[in-house]
Amino acid sequence: MTPLTSDYALEVVNLKKAFGGLTVTHNVSLAIRPGERRLIIGPNGAGKTTLFNQISGDMRPNAGAIRLFGTDITQFTPYKRAHFGLSRTYQIITLFTGDTLEHNVTLGLLGLRPSRWQMWRSLSYYGDLATEARRTLDAVGLLHLAEHPVSDIAYGEKRRVELAVALAQKPRLLLLDEPLAGLSDTERSQVKSLIASIPRQTTVIMIEHDMDTALDLAETVTLLNYGRVIVDGDRDAVIADQRTREVYLGP
Amino acid sequence: MRWIATAPLAALLVLLPSFAGDFYINLASQILIAAIFALSLNLLVGYGGMTSLGHASYLGVAAYISALLTSRCGFGHGPAAIVSIGGTTAMAAFFGVIALRATGLGFLMITLALSQVLWGLAYRMSGVTNGDNGIAGLSRPMPFGISLDSAASFYWFALMVALFAYLMMAIFVSSSFGSSLKGVRDQPRRMAALGFNPWMIRWISFIYAGFWGGVSGLLYVYYNKYIHPTSLSVAGSAEALLGVIAGGSGTLGGPVVGAALVLLLKNYASAYIERWNMLLGLVFLFIVLVMPTGIVPGMSRLATALRRGSR
Repeated sequence: MTPLTSDYALEVVNLKKAFGGLTVTHNVSLAIRPGERRLIIGPNGAGKTTLFNQISGDMRPNAGAIRLFGTDITQFTPYKRAHFGLSRTYQIITLFTGDTLEHNVTLGLLGLRPSRWQMWRSLSYYGDLATEARRTLDAVGLLHLAEHPVSDIAYGEKRRVELAVALAQKPRLLLLDEPLAGLSDTERSQVKSLIASIPRQTTVIMIEHDMDTALDLAETVTLLNYGRVIVDGDRDAVIADQRTREVYLGP
Repeated sequence: MRWIATAPLAALLVLLPSFAGDFYINLASQILIAAIFALSLNLLVGYGGMTSLGHASYLGVAAYISALLTSRCGFGHGPAAIVSIGGTTAMAAFFGVIALRATGLGFLMITLALSQVLWGLAYRMSGVTNGDNGIAGLSRPMPFGISLDSAASFYWFALMVALFAYLMMAIFVSSSFGSSLKGVRDQPRRMAALGFNPWMIRWISFIYAGFWGGVSGLLYVYYNKYIHPTSLSVAGSAEALLGVIAGGSGTLGGPVVGAALVLLLKNYASAYIERWNMLLGLVFLFIVLVMPTGIVPGMSRLATALRRGSR
């Protein structure tokens, strides 16, 4: 085991996860430095989202450890990890569809504040929440839709709200699960510049299949296949690697 | 606009005893009690997405505690009320720990099982509860020396409690905690990832709902001056649930309208048809088919459509 250190934003050590006889995470180890932009690639079923689910706490690994800025969070509940500066988005859009965009982002802000337990005061009493939510919506270019329910807006806009809810939390580590999935070319470049503008205080790990866009954003790349780390390192080195061509990119 | 509609309604509620006979005043009191009960159940069903079939537990236990303490242990109404509500709330905290191990159908079955245990106890522990005979000869409290024995005075008392309960629950659901509860209902996984503790939010709401269920139970036993194991039966829980769904779960007006509907049907239809439950079932079926989200949301949608049409 590596000694306790905060040289890394995230350390995953010998992580294992099996569903019955099927091992989906096979001794995965990762070390990601603060501020790094890491891209995780791999064919369908490689265990990318399962890895994310274990980092965010939605799933417990069978063995191994996860450390966030030097703290072992392996046994932490998902909400405790959020308070530790971890935030994520979902491959399948997970928003509050009946509520307005502003309310969606507000929930992201509320989750980290003690006022989420307040029972005797209307939510609208906390005006700073609404102001902050609108600022975040403005940053993703959706301020004009703030009062609309999520169910009314287009798919590409929902992807951006998904991102806004996570960004509003100003996380130290942000996990993006296919943020470009199903977007048109215009929307793609919008979301791309959005991700590029995330401040360096936030470390970003991204799962993405759109290599043209994702490689521009990434500094380092990890290739997963059948739950194992196949290649891991600087972007250009991983892309040039023979095994990446065999497993993922094709000849 | 809203005030114009509310003012006559408020006047009607307050002045009801001046123009209605005792039968109607008593019916109105019963509706108020049922409305508090339905509102508290709605916190779970509508706002929390936790469908409970055991809510009668809180009504019945609060009523039994008050009845036993005042009739057997020589308690005054004040201390008895405090112990009754406190005990019921503590029971809700305990039941919540058990029931919230599950969600959805599992949650429903656990709440049903727990309430059936209490119902069975009320029947079988006849040494304490007097079994099937129930506990009769109870009295109503006299807050500030005012007798509540007349239909009108009890109605006003119930109205004050009901308005306070409505207000408190309205504040609760519009608070940031209320937003957390609705969020956990819609996207529990996302809420946890955002830093909310879903279990704790559900548990606190469960206890709060139990508290108001207890308040309605206290009014229930004051009104009837009698308590019987049927107050703990699954029929009581189911009737309230029916009222919440028919009126519109997840709205504040819905449970009140639903509770009134169930009670009116019960009182009027039972005079003509013996199987009034059948009629209730048919009415419920009709509502669910025509307005799947309930009377209150259905009517407001209809009103919006009409307004748009007339323009």
